[in-house]
Amino acid sequence: MERGEKGTTQNMRSISYSRVADVATAIATVTADPDAAYLAGGTTKVDMLRIYAEPSQRLVDINDLPINHIELQPDGAVRLGALARMNDVAMSPIVAQRYPLLAEALVLGASAQLRNMASMGGNMLQRTRCSYFRDHEAACNKRVPGSGCSALTGVNRGHAVLGTSEHCIAAHPSDAAVALSALDAVIHVQNRDGHHAYAIDDFFLAPEDTPEREHPLQHGDLITAIEIPPLPMARDSLYLKVRDRESYEFALVSVALALRVEGGAVAEVRMALGGVATKPWRARRAEHALLGRPATHEHFLHAAREETADAVPRSMNGFKIELARRTMVRALETVTARGGTP
Amino acid sequence: MTCTVNGVPRTADDVWEGESLLYVLRERLGLPGSKNACEQGECGSCTVYLDGTAVCSCLVAAGQAVGREVVTVEGLSGGPDAEPGPVQRAFLAAGAVQCGFCTPGLIVAVDDLLSRNPHPTDPQIREALAGNLCRCTGYEKIMEAVRLAAGGQA
Repeated sequence: MERGEKGTTQNMRSISYSRVADVATAIATVTADPDAAYLAGGTTKVDMLRIYAEPSQRLVDINDLPINHIELQPDGAVRLGALARMNDVAMSPIVAQRYPLLAEALVLGASAQLRNMASMGGNMLQRTRCSYFRDHEAACNKRVPGSGCSALTGVNRGHAVLGTSEHCIAAHPSDAAVALSALDAVIHVQNRDGHHAYAIDDFFLAPEDTPEREHPLQHGDLITAIEIPPLPMARDSLYLKVRDRESYEFALVSVALALRVEGGAVAEVRMALGGVATKPWRARRAEHALLGRPATHEHFLHAAREETADAVPRSMNGFKIELARRTMVRALETVTARGGTP
Repeated sequence: MTCTVNGVPRTADDVWEGESLLYVLRERLGLPGSKNACEQGECGSCTVYLDGTAVCSCLVAAGQAVGREVVTVEGLSGGPDAEPGPVQRAFLAAGAVQCGFCTPGLIVAVDDLLSRNPHPTDPQIREALAGNLCRCTGYEKIMEAVRLAAGGQA
């Protein structure tokens, strides 16, 4: 693939566009054409096409599909239509009251203009911000499988320390997916054969030796909704994001946390990490270490160390391991100090 | 393609599929106010309203705007010969314009902010404008302009 002249509109002439109004037609249209792709908010897709990180495509605009609702289900779950915009979800009282960690993660992501356009489904599929992935003169196993990984020996300050392999150390960029991971969300997908539901932890794939595979979706599969099960303790939860500047920046480390302390001990806990891992990282080791133990600094630190025990630092990102520990401890202490469900 | 721009139904001819809304506005409809800078949605220079929502028009495929309502920075004053709007006046009064390239996007973003939050705090202003980059780094004067516009003193 040749390096495109960035920014010239000439480069986009090999793209075609059509708009569809119902889910079945959308799926049939994209499934029938190997070069076709869904276009939702476009905040990643249009950008990727312009810098030639993705091949030319026939864009099928799905923004008219009726899958943009935010609904409370009879069983207490909340269903986010795949086309619900990040900002709409963040501002929805249904979400903000039940899952503050998700509302906070959304508001702390991107900029106002992007949150207004970007869809929840698209957020799940956004590509890594690894600069080598977007640079056609660099080796990248995600972009060109087998070409190598320039980040291993390159500028890797922002890269992952958890879930990495010798083939890829790109950090997953999403904040929302980290919160959704802590919430055990389910990704609903439709294709021409029917409907599939993926537990969020099974949806995001660690790179291993196939970093080009980031999720189990096949061509033509359409994310229709993200469902969040009821979790009463999440009403007191938080998303703590640490980054190089106060706004409009990806996380160096982030922690999504829901915690319930009873009688001085951890009764329930959900924790996930962003910015440090190749996928939204559910902190199961830390959860295990915390459960039933006293809600004290010492135990919080122990749990944080457990979670990062297998972390693999590279030349420039070793600081993330200590930063992740401190951020986990700070998040745990913050929620503990608030003293439970408001 | 046909859409409503600044309240007037407009049709652009020869639009190729995949062209951005920004390109249509600037090159086909004669509205060069929205600026073309990063083309990656990072700088906010191309900010317009799409159905009342502030977006980066460089990331909107032209087809996505068909049949929808677009308001550009030109639409925030009464017209080419009319008086500038209140946010525009505030930027002039505060001297919040250096090279000027980021200004139109900022004007739309500030208009959007004040329409939702007429009296924003400084942190709220900073967060709302985080997606608008000023390469001259003239942010303090821009903050002054927003405070001025919010106070209705411009």
